[in-house]
Amino acid sequence: MAAVTETPVLPFRRRLGDRIGDVTIYALTAAAAAAAAALLIAIAWKVFQLAWPAITKYGFGFLTRQGWDTIHNKFGALDLIWGTAISSFGALLIAAPISIAIGLYLSELAPRGVRTVIASLVELLAAIPSVVLGLWGILVLGPFVGEHLEPWLHDHLGFIPFFGGFPENSGILVGILVLTIMVVPITSSICRELFLSVPEELEQGALALGATRWEMVRGVILPYTRSGVIAAILLGLGRAVGEAIAVSQVMGAGHGIHWSWFATGSTLASKLADQYQGAVTHIQVASLLYLAAILLVISLIVNLIAQYIARRFGYQRAGGS
Amino acid sequence: MAVDAAGYSLKLGPRTRRRKLVNLVMQAIATLAALAAVAVLVLVIYSVARRGVAALSWDFFTKTAATFGQPGGGVANVLVGSIVIVAGATLMALPVGILVALYVSEFAPRRLANLVKLVLDILNGLPSIIIGIFVYGLLVIGSGQAAWKGSFALAIIMLPLISRATQEVLALVPSTLREGALALGASRWRTVVGVVLPTSIGGIVTGTVLAIARAAGETAPLLFTTSIAANAVTWDPRQPVLGIPFDIFVLSESPDPADHARAWALGFVLITFILVTSLTARILLARHRQKLEG
Repeated sequence: MAAVTETPVLPFRRRLGDRIGDVTIYALTAAAAAAAAALLIAIAWKVFQLAWPAITKYGFGFLTRQGWDTIHNKFGALDLIWGTAISSFGALLIAAPISIAIGLYLSELAPRGVRTVIASLVELLAAIPSVVLGLWGILVLGPFVGEHLEPWLHDHLGFIPFFGGFPENSGILVGILVLTIMVVPITSSICRELFLSVPEELEQGALALGATRWEMVRGVILPYTRSGVIAAILLGLGRAVGEAIAVSQVMGAGHGIHWSWFATGSTLASKLADQYQGAVTHIQVASLLYLAAILLVISLIVNLIAQYIARRFGYQRAGGS
Repeated sequence: MAVDAAGYSLKLGPRTRRRKLVNLVMQAIATLAALAAVAVLVLVIYSVARRGVAALSWDFFTKTAATFGQPGGGVANVLVGSIVIVAGATLMALPVGILVALYVSEFAPRRLANLVKLVLDILNGLPSIIIGIFVYGLLVIGSGQAAWKGSFALAIIMLPLISRATQEVLALVPSTLREGALALGASRWRTVVGVVLPTSIGGIVTGTVLAIARAAGETAPLLFTTSIAANAVTWDPRQPVLGIPFDIFVLSESPDPADHARAWALGFVLITFILVTSLTARILLARHRQKLEG
């Protein structure tokens, strides 16, 4: 019998260096990812830790009390929460329709040649640092608003409570306009991508049935992208709520709860920026940190809802800058 | 026989005319909105440039602030301060950002990858002043301010930006390249270091430049971590320094017109840097993407 020669099995052994390299790179990247997650938790933990003395001292009553009395150590966040709400609400009231309109123009109307140019110019608006926008807000926009826009609004639309009161150079309205400038590039670029994602055949179908372009937008594009647009607006809200610098420059650091957009005001974030070196006593610092904790919770909720909607409806790029 | 033409008129009825009118108005509104956004951009840049250029001079760039009440003086300390802070932040954020992106797109199981992406998006959405407070509580309380602490705060801003930009380029690297390397017997780490990273390096660099442009203009994270009183030029990251955005913030709230002039000039320097770098990076990024997408 012929001897069956056994083919020797080549020993498959990866080189030691490769094994070490594979493990190392995996460990390094996983550690970096874990560090990013740990960072997020550490931020939340640290803010609450620093705020704890004020949280235990004032409790939830802090949220419903007004005023910032550093002499008697009586602190409350109600007017700051109000200021945050009214300025963000005002900014979104203006920014949302403008962003949708810009998104529509860039996705449906603009001629091919200028489309990318205008889209990048709108995105460049987001690159202007908030402190420069704030500087422009104090020295250029503020005087214009106080001397021309507000008197005009007061004369013609004074019956709306927002436009009651005395025109001033710094106030909630200037803050709203500056916030609008910050929010528009973010929401409009997300809107543009959403509108571009609408299937071509749906759009063509509507047009073939005799719809005008606007009817196609109203009947096809907007319903198709509704949830994404809501997510985009929420991301804009997150930006407006968290903006500290420009708002503290232009809103005049006023207190109290008014409907008027002409009055000065403060938001949670702008109060933090205003007091960056003024806080002396332990409880005063802790109270400021309590504000930071409230701001953190609000922005986490807004962002999580926006990301949830974006992911749920398969729109992954939301939140990209 | 005469056909009654009334019912078949080619003239537009009032209803159609109204629909066309509404359409026209809406198109006009959309166009105006886009033009308004561009106009605001131009207006802001023009305002800053017009007021800022006047105050620029050789002294402005090479001298430190004049003693209180004296005319003249420059912002050398502020410019150097910004460079030190942003360079430090880039050194911290770049390696971590790339590693996180590699984990997400090369190694992580799908669910974990999504979780890490969510963490990055949430980090990106945090108000920047919260990050300033975090670093203040973590590093500044008890031991004072220093440039590297400001860098750490800015690095937290940059991390999600760099990481997301890197993920997007990594996703564009053709899987055939990876498979080719693995088929040749290369190990995972050699594939990543020798094939994936070199292919995407252009995108990573431009993504980093965009993150630098963003970080260079951030004020809020530095409110509590850098010092308003740092008047000397120093390259030492252990010293407290003053950066451009923070200085603009302080000067803008001063009642003195001379301070406003300095603020405008600094704003002009900052905005020029940011616009030039982000425009260049955008153009390069578009080219790089085109090359990878074929």
